[in-house]
Amino acid sequence: MTELRELAKKLLAEGAAKVVIGWEEGPRGVRPAFATDAAAADRLVFDARCAHDLAPYLDRRRVHVAKLGRPAVVVKPCDARAVAGLIRETQVKREDVVLVGVRCGGVLADPEAGGTLSADTIADRCRTCDSRETALADHVVGTPVEPLAAPSRRDARVAELDAMTPAQRWAFWQGELARCTRCNACRQVCPLCYCDRCMADKTQPQWIESSPHGRGNLSWHLLRAIHLAGRCVDCGECERACPSGIPLGLITRKVASVVADRFGHKPGDDPAVPSPIGTWRSDDPQEFIL
Amino acid sequence: MEGTATATGFEPRITAFVCNWCTYTGADLAGTSRLQMAANTRIVRLPCTGRIDPAFVIKAFERGADGVIVSGCHPADCHYTAGNYHARRRFAVLRELLSFMGVDERRVTFSWVSASEGAKWRDVVNGAVERVRECGPFESYRALAGGV
Repeated sequence: MTELRELAKKLLAEGAAKVVIGWEEGPRGVRPAFATDAAAADRLVFDARCAHDLAPYLDRRRVHVAKLGRPAVVVKPCDARAVAGLIRETQVKREDVVLVGVRCGGVLADPEAGGTLSADTIADRCRTCDSRETALADHVVGTPVEPLAAPSRRDARVAELDAMTPAQRWAFWQGELARCTRCNACRQVCPLCYCDRCMADKTQPQWIESSPHGRGNLSWHLLRAIHLAGRCVDCGECERACPSGIPLGLITRKVASVVADRFGHKPGDDPAVPSPIGTWRSDDPQEFIL
Repeated sequence: MEGTATATGFEPRITAFVCNWCTYTGADLAGTSRLQMAANTRIVRLPCTGRIDPAFVIKAFERGADGVIVSGCHPADCHYTAGNYHARRRFAVLRELLSFMGVDERRVTFSWVSASEGAKWRDVVNGAVERVRECGPFESYRALAGGV
């Protein structure tokens, strides 16, 4: 913690960054923080409650952050993958941002509840995460951590769903998606959902019905998953942000496994590695095509 | 567009998204060759399979299709060099995603049909109609609208 604060103060003092985007204590656990001076930098924290992915704040369309000046952002390995995605897709220039990597052993499934990190409390996506720190960062802070050995409940659930009949899966998802209010929290919080004009907001033609009913909800969640195929960095923010508790992580996980199996691609923190959708190989598997 | 019940039972409505250069021409050849095939498809002609957005497939189901066919040029034959390679990756993901969300895989058919393969187009259409017939009308998707 001291190391992070000292580094933040140094970056601000030297002018390497005008704002350090990290986490601080808030009234309900930790919250994103925008430290522009030493006093604010001294309030920065990093622990297992810091689940928020801060990469979306690098989007220049977020003018309230952009106007603070050149940013340094504290990134967990998953957040670094998100930043790499933004660099890859020319949304952010690598030289325009200072990346402070934190060594991460996973975050809590319920950050607001707090508590210590254990095989029971760790977020499901962190159970299958194999990166403890990122190579993309300019600075890395924190002590090396060992991963917690915990089986992924999410993967088990995906396998359960895969084993069901289509009608059973349909019934399961309709039950889940019926709770969707189309609040767009999943879109707002996603580091890679940055389009100025989202397909879901278009009205002529209206590809995705905007009112919360079964047809529009299914269409939205299908297309959201398609648009994130091969790009999703599994930061888990969509599921955490969802006020209705829809297990969006199951969908992103499923798509990620399809992309990994078929195209041998796993989103990483190297911006030079192209996305699997938008590139191709002439020998891609096509057993499903007649 | 809805599947209609006739004296012979359920007749599937299938939307076929095809590329202009290969499959559409192939389907045209099937027609001019007087090949007999199921009359359950409605063809939407697009410049290239690379132009076929997954949203088209979803929209077709929303509007009452019981099944969808996506077809274009064989690999290495794309008029625009690589459109079908891009489409192949996209639809590989769409297909498994649809299945994961509960859409029966038999409702969605992908094929490569060249301009000279009128007979193959007939087989693709007949096969797709047969598979969708097994699935029955896609009532569950239609019911989603809840009267909207």
